[in-house]
Amino acid sequence: MPANLDGNVLAGPLSEVFQFDSTTALVECMHCGDVKVFAVAQVWEDPMGLVARCSTCAEVLMTVVETATGTVIELRGIASLRVQSEAVAD
Amino acid sequence: MVTSGWKVGTVTATRTQTPTGRSIDLAVPGWPGNVAGQHVDVRLTAPDGYRAVRSYSLASSGPGESIQLAVDRLPEGEVSPYLVDDLRPGDQLEFRGPLGGWFVWRPEQVENVQLIGGGSGVVPLVAMVRSHAAGGSAAKFRLLYSVRAPEDAFFADELAALANDTFELTWAYTRTVPAGWPTPPGRVNRELVERVTFAPSPNLMTFICGPTGFVEAVSNILVDTGHDPARVKTERFGGA
Ligand SMILES: Cc1cc2nc3c(=O)[nH]c(=O)nc-3n(C[C@H](O)[C@H](O)[C@H](O)COP(=O)(O)OP(=O)(O)OC[C@H]3O[C@@H](n4cnc5c(N)ncnc54)[C@H](O)[C@@H]3O)c2cc1C
Ligand SMILES: [Zn+2]
Repeated sequence: MPANLDGNVLAGPLSEVFQFDSTTALVECMHCGDVKVFAVAQVWEDPMGLVARCSTCAEVLMTVVETATGTVIELRGIASLRVQSEAVAD
Repeated sequence: MVTSGWKVGTVTATRTQTPTGRSIDLAVPGWPGNVAGQHVDVRLTAPDGYRAVRSYSLASSGPGESIQLAVDRLPEGEVSPYLVDDLRPGDQLEFRGPLGGWFVWRPEQVENVQLIGGGSGVVPLVAMVRSHAAGGSAAKFRLLYSVRAPEDAFFADELAALANDTFELTWAYTRTVPAGWPTPPGRVNRELVERVTFAPSPNLMTFICGPTGFVEAVSNILVDTGHDPARVKTERFGGA
């Protein structure tokens, strides 16, 4: 089953937590070691919040829950996160 | 580029675009400007405090304190019917953005660009076409725009008027074709893609946007026909 959405939709929720643009950040999957920009992650809309999965191995990378009192993220499957400067963001 | 926190815009104009969709112009004091392809998250708050947040692409780009959205109404939707049917000039709308620095086109990019949009998925691509036209960029642009029927196209007249030797526009109709159209209606398929879009090249960037099923199908066709996945950018709007 294809994912409902992709990492582009996380830009808003994650802007509440991070100062950098999350969609161009390079994410290293803890499970398969693949490194890809976060925009291409598969994102499911779950009643609880958003679940981002690795587009290579489908393991959970991150969950994001926005509530009235704040944003909770769980970085479950991310081995490293590399923030790109704007000059190389393309 | 990243600006967090909620802002308020005031609706200055709305325009019917399709039987189910319209564009919405907003005045946003202090708007930092945006790159073509970015989006905002719109937040509606009900009288009882219940909130719903949805993403909407910006049809506008560049500096200035006015922005434009274009929204298609989903029959049972929570947010889109309000934006399409109820919002009036003078009303305020809460949102955050500009958001996303990956699914974007900047005027200084020199490679050729293939845009492929389905339904309201054309909105960020329209921002790119406008930005390309405004900048007089020498990059060659092509847009393949898939709609159910001719009347379902957003910004149809403007897109047609912008077509010239650096911007080529091709329509694909999935249910109803205009009178005299040479082919029957049908989904975007490999034959059409190979006939009307740019061939794979290291000097090409492709942007695909629309309902998730459309984006999956079209991006698979591109990769199957030899496009480098790293040069095919996708944005999924959701749905089937
Ligand atoms: C980055 C991004 C940018 C977007 N930009 C735009 C835009 O410029 N214009 C625009 O009109 N929309 C855009 N969308 C889609 C938008 O965010 C909403 O999903 C859409 O308006 C439906 O919201 P709703 O509250 O009305 O419906 P909901 O209450 O969320 O959904 C109603 C039902 O429709 C289904 N559904 C959701 N999306 C679709 C779809 N696309 N096609 C068919 N069924 C669907 C849902 O699964 C649900 O069952 C964008 C989405 C993303 C992620
Ligand atoms: Zn993985």
